Amino acid sequence: MYGCGDCTTACVLKNRIPDPFDEGLSKRSAAYIPFPQAIPLKAVIDQEECLLLKKGKCSKKCVEACSREAIDFSQKEAVRQVEVGSIILATGFELFDARKAPQYGYGIYEDVYTGIEFERLTNSSGPTQGKILTKKGEEPKSVAILHCIGSRDENYQKYCSRVCCMSSVKFAHLVKEKTDAEVFEFYIDMRTFGKQYEEFYNRVQEEGVNFIRGKGAEVAQVDGQLVVRAEDTLLGAYREIPVDMVVLNTALVPRHDAEKVAQIFGISRSQDGFFLESHIKLDPVTTSTDGVHIAGCCQSPKDIPDTVAQGSAAAAQSLAVIATGKVKISPVSAWSDPDICSGCRTCIPLCPFKAISFDEGRKVAEINQAVCKGCGSCAAGCPSNAIFVAHFNNQQLLAEIEGVLA
Amino acid sequence: MNTNFEPKIVGILCNWCSYTGADLAGISRIKYPANIKIVRVMCTGRVDPTFVLKAFQQGADGVLVSGCHPGDCHYVDGNVKAMRRAPLVTELLKQMGIEEERFKLVWVSASEGEKFAKIVEDMVSDLKKLGPLVPVGGAVKHA
Repeated sequence: MYGCGDCTTACVLKNRIPDPFDEGLSKRSAAYIPFPQAIPLKAVIDQEECLLLKKGKCSKKCVEACSREAIDFSQKEAVRQVEVGSIILATGFELFDARKAPQYGYGIYEDVYTGIEFERLTNSSGPTQGKILTKKGEEPKSVAILHCIGSRDENYQKYCSRVCCMSSVKFAHLVKEKTDAEVFEFYIDMRTFGKQYEEFYNRVQEEGVNFIRGKGAEVAQVDGQLVVRAEDTLLGAYREIPVDMVVLNTALVPRHDAEKVAQIFGISRSQDGFFLESHIKLDPVTTSTDGVHIAGCCQSPKDIPDTVAQGSAAAAQSLAVIATGKVKISPVSAWSDPDICSGCRTCIPLCPFKAISFDEGRKVAEINQAVCKGCGSCAAGCPSNAIFVAHFNNQQLLAEIEGVLA
Repeated sequence: MNTNFEPKIVGILCNWCSYTGADLAGISRIKYPANIKIVRVMCTGRVDPTFVLKAFQQGADGVLVSGCHPGDCHYVDGNVKAMRRAPLVTELLKQMGIEEERFKLVWVSASEGEKFAKIVEDMVSDLKKLGPLVPVGGAVKHA
């Protein structure tokens, strides 16, 4: 069932709030349907913007417009606790903020777009109904598409974001399909790694797109004309190309709250900030915490087929854990002797996996061996030496040190 | 100074990065001094300052603790815990009259066999300059 959307047109804030789904290129009202493929496809009220919820005063045009009397302003956000057997994290990614690389003129010059903005521009449900138009409302005569903005760059992210080569080629194809513009792609290397990707690249080359091997160095405006400057490494020449529109294909970066999420779920992150898998090749969906799986771009930048594959794998592995009803644990795990433990609680915050709880009755620390991974951080911190790590207890390690020096 | 002095180093390495890194140095046949004797722990977070003191008490001339690079820890942040404990160890050693250069905390990943060899080489040459550990106050050294 679809929402009628009558409230969205009745809202007094109609066309006043920048629509984040359109990257702010269009405006919506405070009652809105999040995006055309939303599930359920029904209107919601933006509680940050709604005048009634924010200021307590509004003529409530939406309530008048709603023939189903579906609007209830008393509804509140609720936090529910759900007990589960396994968790899949699929928290996704964010895009590199092109403003951090001011040499590309994003936010400085009009008609410099990010990849996702261009994506909305070409979408038939987007702000221009799918027409590729400059800010003046004209069809561009030439478009530059810059790869690797913020990725494969020592100053920003060192890694390759994987999806941008192919999305850039797609952008070029869309520009060629919808306009008569000249298209210039500035790339470092063309990474067309997937099934039928190279074929698509060849097809777009035949469509007459100009591929320039050389990373765009700067976007400038000369007498009101946008200019892209780059070194063409195939010609061995410096080039300045005047264009009407620039598309910056920005890097995929970890979400800003990835560190917090990692702490909540007790998982690690790799150096680039994405969630760390158990093994880069052999165990790409499980994490250092049993029962927590990762899928999609929260693990590393990846395209849709890879995301679907990883998502399916994470779902299957989660189900496998639940179906067997048993969890394999490592023989290396810690144990706290209640006779020695003084109940000081030093160990509790030391455990990265939240395996230690405090027994209020006996006033001692208790280690859940199913959760413990055996790192021994607690044992090193225990002032009473009450914690024993199987195979790595104090006596064993001290004897080993004595042994190697004997 | 005794030129034939061969320092004894105890290396406490984490299972996931540095121990594997040292192993890589071995299987890549990279030469490094045999002065280091390795004790494996699961994580540098396991390294109790007592272990370092015990090594010095037992006659080590240097102690090397090596773990995963920050952010790469198999146990989320065990290496950070080691990093926080290191100044405490250094301070204790200073109070005991043991030069702080004798204790080192470094990060070696599983792929850095060469780096591990280099660290051991440098540590051995530094310790050779420093000479054997002579405890102040005339304490009798074991071993």
